[in-house]
Amino acid sequence: MSDSRTIFWKRFKRNKLAITGGMIVLILFIIAVFANVVSPYDPSDIDRKHILEPPNKSHPLGTDDLGRDVLSRMIFGSRISLAVGFVAVGIATLIGMILGAISGYYGRWIDRIIMRFIDIMLSIPTFFLILAVIAYIGSNIWNIMIVIGVTSWMGVARLVRAEFLSLKEREFVLAARALGASDIRIIFRHIMVNSMAPVFVSAVLGVASAILLESALSFLGIGIQPPIPSWGNILTLGKDNIEIAWWLSVFPGVAILITVLSYNLVGEGLQDALDPRLWGSGD
Amino acid sequence: MKDSRPGGNDRKGHMLTYLAKRLFEMIPTLFGITLISFFIIHLAPGKPTDVLSEMNPKITPEAREQLEKLYGLDKPVYVQYGMWLKRVVKLDFGNSFSTDRRPVIEKIWDTKQKLIDRRLFITFFINVLSMFFIFIVAIPIGISSATHQHSLFDKVTTVFWFIGFAMPAFWFALLLMMLFGIYLDWLPISGFKSMNYELLTLSGKIWDRTRHLILPVFVSSFGGVAGFSRYMRSSMLEVIRQDYITTARAKGLSERTVIYKHALRNALMAIITLLGLSVPGLIGGSVIFENIFSIPGMGQLFYMGVMTRDYPLVMGILTIGAMLTLIGNLLADIGYMFADPRIRAR
Repeated sequence: MSDSRTIFWKRFKRNKLAITGGMIVLILFIIAVFANVVSPYDPSDIDRKHILEPPNKSHPLGTDDLGRDVLSRMIFGSRISLAVGFVAVGIATLIGMILGAISGYYGRWIDRIIMRFIDIMLSIPTFFLILAVIAYIGSNIWNIMIVIGVTSWMGVARLVRAEFLSLKEREFVLAARALGASDIRIIFRHIMVNSMAPVFVSAVLGVASAILLESALSFLGIGIQPPIPSWGNILTLGKDNIEIAWWLSVFPGVAILITVLSYNLVGEGLQDALDPRLWGSGD
Repeated sequence: MKDSRPGGNDRKGHMLTYLAKRLFEMIPTLFGITLISFFIIHLAPGKPTDVLSEMNPKITPEAREQLEKLYGLDKPVYVQYGMWLKRVVKLDFGNSFSTDRRPVIEKIWDTKQKLIDRRLFITFFINVLSMFFIFIVAIPIGISSATHQHSLFDKVTTVFWFIGFAMPAFWFALLLMMLFGIYLDWLPISGFKSMNYELLTLSGKIWDRTRHLILPVFVSSFGGVAGFSRYMRSSMLEVIRQDYITTARAKGLSERTVIYKHALRNALMAIITLLGLSVPGLIGGSVIFENIFSIPGMGQLFYMGVMTRDYPLVMGILTIGAMLTLIGNLLADIGYMFADPRIRAR
């Protein structure tokens, strides 16, 4: 175990893109936590004398239609993105792990029912469903996290199920069972811990897609509602003022792009480092 | 498809049985989809009558109750679902809750309008065009970056792939609108036809539609091109490492034949599966780009329906979206069957 862990770290550290991505993720995290320290203005300070100003010395990323500082709003918006990303993925991973474990461990009819349920969920144009549900239950941040979470667990469930199918017949599981361990104990203490690596990779990639989804919802006016700033709803202002204020359309998009890109790079890096098929050469 | 091998007829029989089985399997899936969607939407707090009373604050509680009775909203959800299902079997999605009270199906597929102006057709047309565009661009890119692994081209496409995956489609749309619609002023940025459309000649009309289609199709296929080309690359790489490709090369076949006749077919299988899986995403994405480009398609209608809590309209479009997804999956299966002789034989 420790041996493969060393190989893993060696491989991951060699992947410069993944390390860069990881550093950006870390910086974004720090910015989000210390938003009120790093942001130059109060994000909701309205300044009617400086409406729709292009980037300048006192407002490096310009101001919006109410004279609010775009940089400060983006810094506070990063909190929303991270919070939605992490909580939604947490919910999705939890649901996926439980259903995948039950499905893979018990097999038979319960597996068939869960797999059919997954097929159904994958056939619903989920974006439609998310839109409908959030419009009905109201678009506060908790609802958005929950709805994104409960509509994106299917990949994790499939992954965990596959891991369980391959692990449940292995000697260490058979030994545990022979020693009289309960199902719950076998599932959590023996199989689950050994299938965490791919789940972790998919969670990292999941954060990226949850952030994308939240920004799309906020852009459509169904996500985070102003005056709370989010990258998506600043872009809505960008669309409304597209002919006069390019900075409102450009900067929040760049922020989303860089954030999502970083999570994807980290996820890909982890995946490559964990893939034993790629371990052969040069290690 | 002509099958000259022995047992060809028998195979065709198998294929038909397989297809029939798949078609039959779609029914419970569709049932499940509508069941889940219906319950989620109807159990969510907030009623369509809320919107009516928001618009008309003077509405009395009695009038509200009357309205709810009219729509059957006073009955338990499962009874409502039963009523809904009974009608849907006849493709009747009920009447819209909006002020015009038109049947939902007529809103989605208005037979009074020209085919090209019907909402479902517009969405379908744009999605098919995007799919086509994704295919003709992504497959050659994927092949070239696989056959020239580690080349400059391969590296550029990898960068493109990462950006394509991280780029929010709506933001990309905004940037293109700014560049081509406002600064360069080459393309229209909203609608599906110009104001003077009716006055144009036939070729003028076609050109007008094309100009309106360029940005939406480009935006909705951009992410797909990235994903598909990456996928094509990795499955091509996997295929060309296999023994039968080495054998084909050893036989002295030209590299062209090896790649395009022997390897491509197998590599395409992965793409076909991905195609089936990407249909819901494309359909869902139509809400976003129809909203940005103000295209009067099904996605835009859905957005309006959601905003006004128009249950029948929302359920109708969800069901049609799910049906399109299932048909997409079925087509992917059929394509898979033609590409893979092992499945054909089963």
